Amino acid sequence: MHDKTITELAAALKAGEFSSVELTEALLRRIEAHNPELNAFITVTREPALQAAREADAARAAGKAGPLTGIPIAHKDIFCTAGVRTSCGSKMLDSFVSPYDATVVEKLKAAGVVMLGKTNMDEFAMGSSNETSYYGPVKNPWKLDAVPGGSSGGSAAAVAARLVPGVTATDTGGSIRQPAAMCGISGLKPTYGRVSRYGMIAFASSLDQGGPMARTAEDLALLLNNMAGFDPRDSTSVEHVVPDYTDGIAESLEGLKIGLPKEFFGEGLDPEVGQVVEAAIKEYEKLGAEVREVSLPNSKLSVPVYYVIAPAEASSNLSRFDGVRYGYRCENPVDLEDLYKRSRGEGFGAEVKRRIMVGTYALSAGYYDAYYLKAQQLRRLIRDDFVRVFEEVDVLMGPTSPTVAFNIGERSDDPLQMYLSDVYTIAVNLAGVPGLSIPAGFAKGLPVGLQVIGNYFSEAKLLNVAHKFQQATDWHLATPEGF
Amino acid sequence: MSLGPAEVKNIAHLARLDIDESLIPDYAKNLSDILAFVEQMNAHATEGVEPMAHPLDMSQRLRPDEVTERDQRELFQRIAPATEAGLYLVPKVIE
Repeated sequence: MHDKTITELAAALKAGEFSSVELTEALLRRIEAHNPELNAFITVTREPALQAAREADAARAAGKAGPLTGIPIAHKDIFCTAGVRTSCGSKMLDSFVSPYDATVVEKLKAAGVVMLGKTNMDEFAMGSSNETSYYGPVKNPWKLDAVPGGSSGGSAAAVAARLVPGVTATDTGGSIRQPAAMCGISGLKPTYGRVSRYGMIAFASSLDQGGPMARTAEDLALLLNNMAGFDPRDSTSVEHVVPDYTDGIAESLEGLKIGLPKEFFGEGLDPEVGQVVEAAIKEYEKLGAEVREVSLPNSKLSVPVYYVIAPAEASSNLSRFDGVRYGYRCENPVDLEDLYKRSRGEGFGAEVKRRIMVGTYALSAGYYDAYYLKAQQLRRLIRDDFVRVFEEVDVLMGPTSPTVAFNIGERSDDPLQMYLSDVYTIAVNLAGVPGLSIPAGFAKGLPVGLQVIGNYFSEAKLLNVAHKFQQATDWHLATPEGF
Repeated sequence: MSLGPAEVKNIAHLARLDIDESLIPDYAKNLSDILAFVEQMNAHATEGVEPMAHPLDMSQRLRPDEVTERDQRELFQRIAPATEAGLYLVPKVIE
């Protein structure tokens, strides 16, 4: 049963083929068998999961089951879960047991899902390879010495290895789409403000967005139905109607206008990855879509702009970790300043400290205009490019990442090389538009993701575009050997 | 922009981060590389462009000034490193 999608599992539970308790037991056994090797989970919540599964079975017996009742999922360890450790991949929060649930967690719980545990991630979601986690790197199920991508690497690896059919994740610069691409699964970053950030530990608040990862677009739609929506507890949550994302998912793509941003196919793109993406686009032409080249001229500035804005916001957000109210505190502080400095110096890893320092510098007296203000101005130009192209085309397509999964350790000493892994995903966060990644084939034996980008609040269209591809191809069904 | 050890130490102080002395040169190199990289931004004119703080150009919502949270001090302090009589404990600040 571990090989079924959420849609298939929901039908099987409904038909009484097996119970949620049986399904939960089976997946917990898989996690126990494979996690020592993959390191995809930081925490496995066996007993609460079985309890939730029993409740789901009882709800079903009472005729009160919804589409997700009894479906096992896992949460990225950035989402606060009441009574369960929420580490954010950091020593700073190794002992942090959240007193409350994130809105996303609360909503999915209300929909009847069964949480199996919390997935591994780059520390405070700062990374593109899952190597910055305090709990050690996650292995890519397709090649155990390769990274799964990041920052939602544990979530992606868990779905790819069929340990869980769906997961929550977050995307600040590509952290859902890039690991989805590298692990051969589907992942959606919704429009900024679509999914509540309440209880989602903040990295860069003007960019952070939660979203689902699963094997198929259909499953993403089911999850997003129970994640999206206005939340008064998140001051940047957007009041915008939430459609049923499964409606219209099978609509014809006849006449769909696809734009290919020429900047996404230039220097830096692995030619083999480029070929897979081009073949996927040909498939769309067969489905009746019209393809044309477009330009996002300012997108080449995305990475530098992001590496000012994201660290600046992070330096402010992470100032809350001070060793006073929760989280790590150093031993025997001599005074308050020593308490702050050593708790933060010892509690944060190298990449987090690097970004806090870049952000502190960019916001410091005399440099604000040259860095932060300049970056915010360029951010508007990057956004305006998207607004302009969406007057001509319905969606944009291109590679999710310029390469397939690289090896563990290959880029960890060179932060700038690492940052370039997100060169095609970052502009989407800066603009705030939605984007998804779906499996499009293989290069060098490893999965390649196709990125599809849409206009604001066009998640339903993106899922339709992804679903039609998955009906016509079977790349999303490929399973890594041994899993 | 290239940062020397003294500047890195000052930034670390502003950010309240204790950085091991032996690692300062590494941080100086990484931070200098990152700053040099982001300086590509300067080649592009942005005169008269309004800075964008929110991707949908929305402003912060205001809510009525009413109490919406209940007191959960005990729950929240249960996870604190050190508390006493409902207060968070830190090293003595005033002699």
